[in-house]
Amino acid sequence: MATDTTAAPVEADTLVNGPVIKFDEVVKRYGDLTVLDELDFSVEAGERVTLIGPSGSGKTTILRLLMTLEKVTDGVIWVEGEPLSHMRNSSGELVRANESYLREMRKRIGMVFQQFNLFPNMNVIRNVTEAPVHVLGLSRDEANERASELLELVGLSDKANAHPSQLSGGQQQRVAIARALAMRPDILLLDEVTSALDPELVADVQNVLRDIASSTDITMLIVTHEMHFARDVSQRVLMFDKGKIIEEGPPEQLFTEPREERTQKFLRAVLEGR
Amino acid sequence: MSWWNNEAALELLPLLLEGFRITLLATLLGSLVALSLGLVFAFIERTAPEYVRRPVGWVLQFIRFTPPIAQLFFAFYVIRPSLGLKLDALTVGIIVLGVHYATYNAEIYRAGIDGVPKGQWEAITALSLPRNRAWFGVILPQAFRRVMPSLGNNVIIMFKEVPVLSAIAVTEMVRVGKEFTSQHFAYYIEAFTIAGLIYLAASYPTSLLMRKLEVRFGN
Repeated sequence: MATDTTAAPVEADTLVNGPVIKFDEVVKRYGDLTVLDELDFSVEAGERVTLIGPSGSGKTTILRLLMTLEKVTDGVIWVEGEPLSHMRNSSGELVRANESYLREMRKRIGMVFQQFNLFPNMNVIRNVTEAPVHVLGLSRDEANERASELLELVGLSDKANAHPSQLSGGQQQRVAIARALAMRPDILLLDEVTSALDPELVADVQNVLRDIASSTDITMLIVTHEMHFARDVSQRVLMFDKGKIIEEGPPEQLFTEPREERTQKFLRAVLEGR
Repeated sequence: MSWWNNEAALELLPLLLEGFRITLLATLLGSLVALSLGLVFAFIERTAPEYVRRPVGWVLQFIRFTPPIAQLFFAFYVIRPSLGLKLDALTVGIIVLGVHYATYNAEIYRAGIDGVPKGQWEAITALSLPRNRAWFGVILPQAFRRVMPSLGNNVIIMFKEVPVLSAIAVTEMVRVGKEFTSQHFAYYIEAFTIAGLIYLAASYPTSLLMRKLEVRFGN
């Protein structure tokens, strides 16, 4: 817990044009279980990074910490040069972030979940406009316009008035992607977004994400077991094991000639499992 | 047919229907109180700080575990005069029934809120939705849908509980029947059979409607 304040002077000069995400000795524990162990890593603006590793290796926890669904046990997370897990008090020291600070910081980050988590009581267009209207303060018309563009991007213009229950899993996930993008986040977190889908629906969702990756400069953090997708979209792959990064590199290198035996084993298991 | 007097029955019917109007009114307004106050109680249990939640919890338990008729007497003969309230018996009855069933509805709402999947809350956080919007736009509509059948059921139970208001001289239907029989020292069968049939005629279609809603809003 000591790093709450001690990290402050070191990081005070972090610049906005530095890394867009920076983990600084981040520790996450659940009781006795250490999920992230003094993790350091950073992501540059516009970079697409895939996190791989066995379940329980901490990769989803990283996304959840960034989305502020979980709190760090120790260490500091920085987003665009500003602390995310913490905020500065009146004398400039880092203290734990309060809810209103988090609310502001969160707007820079969007997340797509494994289980879509669409609001079942709202139709598609409402799902997408809900946050732009009630968080960003857009007018209904502006929000609808923005949502229509995004629904077109994800190929669901004709489903604007459908309810989530009337859509396939793949369609729901594409709506969820549109919903996250409607907030115009700088960072998009993708948490196993195709794991809950029937195999024949996976490609549609991945194609949408490929489009977004190639047509925008949004920073992406991707947790996935789809190695082809990871290779297509990301510039860098981080291999996690037991809360630490054990190997990293560009996908061509890491997938074809992994150095670590643990990585080799993991990749083999993933490929055989499909 | 010596056990059944048609003339008395015909004389009774409009009287009973007038009483039934009161019964319906009490059910309707009582349910309105129970549904809205129940939600308030559920909110307190869910969001208020410990020092509010605990005493409120005790009071709710107390209300739930004591009979409505005792609460009715207490409200009418103790609280009303001591506060100098100029409320008629029907109003007191509506409030007491409303509060009593609100304590049950609170539990139903609570279960409904707890039943909303965790992923919904995570999506709310991820979108930075403000608290009000999260509750009224996302959580409560889903919770409400889940618990509609149970809430509807409580409306029917309250409907059948309304005759308890006769204890403080509200002239609901059963009381009307009883007054008629006391005046004549007769016609018990007519009065209570007709009253029973009117009740049946009202509750049965309502319960069918509830079942329909249950299917329509099926979980």
